Amino acid sequence: MSDSIDIINAFALMTNFVILPALSYGSQLALGALAVTLVYSILRFSNFAQGDSMAFGTMIVILLTGFMIGKGWTISGIPTALLVIPIAVIGTSIYMLTMDRLVYRHYRRIKVKQNIVGITASIGVMFITGGIVRFILGASPQRFEDGERFIFSVREFKAFTGLEQGIALKTSQFLTITIAILLVAFLFYFLQKTKTGKAMRAYSDNTELALLSGIDPDKVVQITWLLVAALTTIAGALYGLDKGFAPQQYHLLLLPIFASVIVGGIGSPLGAIAGAFLVSFSEVLLTYAYKKFLIYLLPLSMHPNSLVQLIGTEYKYAISFVILVTVLLIRPTGLLKGKVIDGD
Amino acid sequence: MINFNNIWESYKTIISFTIMGLVLLFVGLNQSWALVLGIINLSLISAIMALGVNIQWGYAGLFNVGIMGFAALGGVSVVLISQQPVTEAIDAGGLKMLFALVLGAITIVTGVVLNKKGFNKWLIALIVVIGYLFTRHYFSEASDVIEKVDPAITGYLGGFGFPIAFSWIVGGLAAAGAAWWIGKITLSLRADYLAIATLGIAEIILYVIKNEDWFVRGVKNVAGLPRPVPYEVDMQKSEWLLNIVAWIHRSDLALLTQSDQVAQLSEYVRGASVVFVKLCYSGLFVLILVALIVLSNLALNSPWGRKVRAIRDNEVAASAMGKNITRQHLQIFVIGSAIVGIAGALLVTYNGIFIPTSYMPLRFTFLIWVMVILGGSGNNLGSVLGAFIIWFIWIQSGPMGLWAVEMIGSFNQEGNTITDFLEDRVHYLRLVFMGSILLFIMRFAPRGILPEKNKEL
Repeated sequence: MSDSIDIINAFALMTNFVILPALSYGSQLALGALAVTLVYSILRFSNFAQGDSMAFGTMIVILLTGFMIGKGWTISGIPTALLVIPIAVIGTSIYMLTMDRLVYRHYRRIKVKQNIVGITASIGVMFITGGIVRFILGASPQRFEDGERFIFSVREFKAFTGLEQGIALKTSQFLTITIAILLVAFLFYFLQKTKTGKAMRAYSDNTELALLSGIDPDKVVQITWLLVAALTTIAGALYGLDKGFAPQQYHLLLLPIFASVIVGGIGSPLGAIAGAFLVSFSEVLLTYAYKKFLIYLLPLSMHPNSLVQLIGTEYKYAISFVILVTVLLIRPTGLLKGKVIDGD
Repeated sequence: MINFNNIWESYKTIISFTIMGLVLLFVGLNQSWALVLGIINLSLISAIMALGVNIQWGYAGLFNVGIMGFAALGGVSVVLISQQPVTEAIDAGGLKMLFALVLGAITIVTGVVLNKKGFNKWLIALIVVIGYLFTRHYFSEASDVIEKVDPAITGYLGGFGFPIAFSWIVGGLAAAGAAWWIGKITLSLRADYLAIATLGIAEIILYVIKNEDWFVRGVKNVAGLPRPVPYEVDMQKSEWLLNIVAWIHRSDLALLTQSDQVAQLSEYVRGASVVFVKLCYSGLFVLILVALIVLSNLALNSPWGRKVRAIRDNEVAASAMGKNITRQHLQIFVIGSAIVGIAGALLVTYNGIFIPTSYMPLRFTFLIWVMVILGGSGNNLGSVLGAFIIWFIWIQSGPMGLWAVEMIGSFNQEGNTITDFLEDRVHYLRLVFMGSILLFIMRFAPRGILPEKNKEL
């Protein structure tokens, strides 16, 4: 290791261990946060089942991946999980529409004004979903990615640039970021330009008026669940490809996802994305050990002895919570002022 | 003509508690008394917890999703109050830890005070960050030193060595403190912020407990907590228990030979000592539960209780009458959480061991919720009934699930893998089962088995 100040290597180090992981984690959170936002603005409740629904979608992906690999139906280089996502989205959609029919529709029909009823119901759904996932896949962590692990690895990058510090781009990271951009672009196009999307926004904005102008509420709700199912399944599958699948971890994703939604301004899709990246970058930046980074940047005499880690990795969920509380204290409407639909 | 509907309407409390009692009696006669008393004791603790949640949900419509965290705070206080201090660890790192904690407190207070005085935000942020870094430095040094002191047995600071009964009060106070802080931040905002914040704080409390070994030993558990009731071993030596047992079983014993009598008697005494200890606990828990119910019913029928219900039923009207809704909600949230904290402390006292990994959202938060909603939100006796029913189902559904799997397995000749798979996983179906119960009651009987009586009508 050189004893001089080395900005390029320090930057490479940051890219590899902070920027890329935070970008992909942020994209995964953003998709989850968009799903929560959609449910919130159309169905008017905070969906506590989001984390476990992601686990449900991922479960279908895992089962199908295992089946495809068993049959030998794979394409070399591409994770099999990617191929089965469309089928998994259909499966999750069916599950969500069923849950809507069995649970949520009743409360829409009797026009319950309090979103607290929706929350309670979604907590019931959360435990049912979590139970199903754990029953089928068990509670222990597992990985399901196959194909090429890296777009380019540390060694290839080092050989190419001649830098001491390499950058690796994992396939899962590349896929996460690309798919998230495409999906978000599609979602915004859908909401802004298509007739159904406009109907959804009208419904969210002023339900009574939308109903008067002939918008079919059942159709709006169904389309919402389809979009939510797609976002949820893809977010879950990408998170699983990146970090592995564990039901409890998915359940706990609820915390950073809610933090993203509230930080961004509840009910605002753009805010949810901004909030997701704020949460993911704070989480990675605060739990990263800066020792090596500082060694590159500081002269020899000032090299640190400790890890220079601000917060232990075990407290990463606490970071989302602290962000959440800070935002509630300082600016309860969120960064981008969300449409505050009065819940009660 | 007898109208069963009318009979049910007028006596449903008595009828449902009688049925529950008969079911427990049936299990006691068929299985064992120790088992039934175990179920009853845990039901009583759950009932206290459900009472706390009922005060929050039934009296004020506050949604607490962090019951687990408040119960865990109660458990921590049992360890901190009742364990003997570990002098070696305190000598080694106690002062340093105190210094680090004081430094952290000073940092926070400075930040808050400067913020109130309107200093530059960046300056405050800088001060807080520097204070945090110093705190963290001393803190990790201190915790390292403490955790190195005999890690297999202690490795933590220990407690104050006070009588364990103190810890119930302290557990309530600790939970109340956390609730006050959370409530202060979220109660003036939208309703679901409280739910999200309580969910978060519960997970964080658990993370701290599991990771900070110097505090309550982390995942290494704290065993051998003192008891408020006598030990089984001492009971077996006592003369009067022996006499009572001999008297109860006199007809059985008379048939045996002299030497067999002694062996059989000591066998009976061993069983009786377990039952007696559990009975002591039952008495204690019943006492606390009854006291809390009487107090909360008195409160609910007082002018204070009328105000509380008025706010719950129509916030706008109540606030137009000049009632401070946020303050009222904070009060109720703190009281309810304190009761959950007391129940958490009682639970650890009863178990005699503090196991951080046993705090699962399902076992605490969710089960208690189902109890409150099944029993009838707003009705204290309903919560107690719900606690007994749900805990009974919860305990019995595990063995029943396994039994069902074995029934399937006995028909299924070749597929042993399927049976193994089901035996391994069947307990997760309890999640699905409990979730379904919750949704079912919400949909078809939203007021629960024993609905709240509307006294104004």
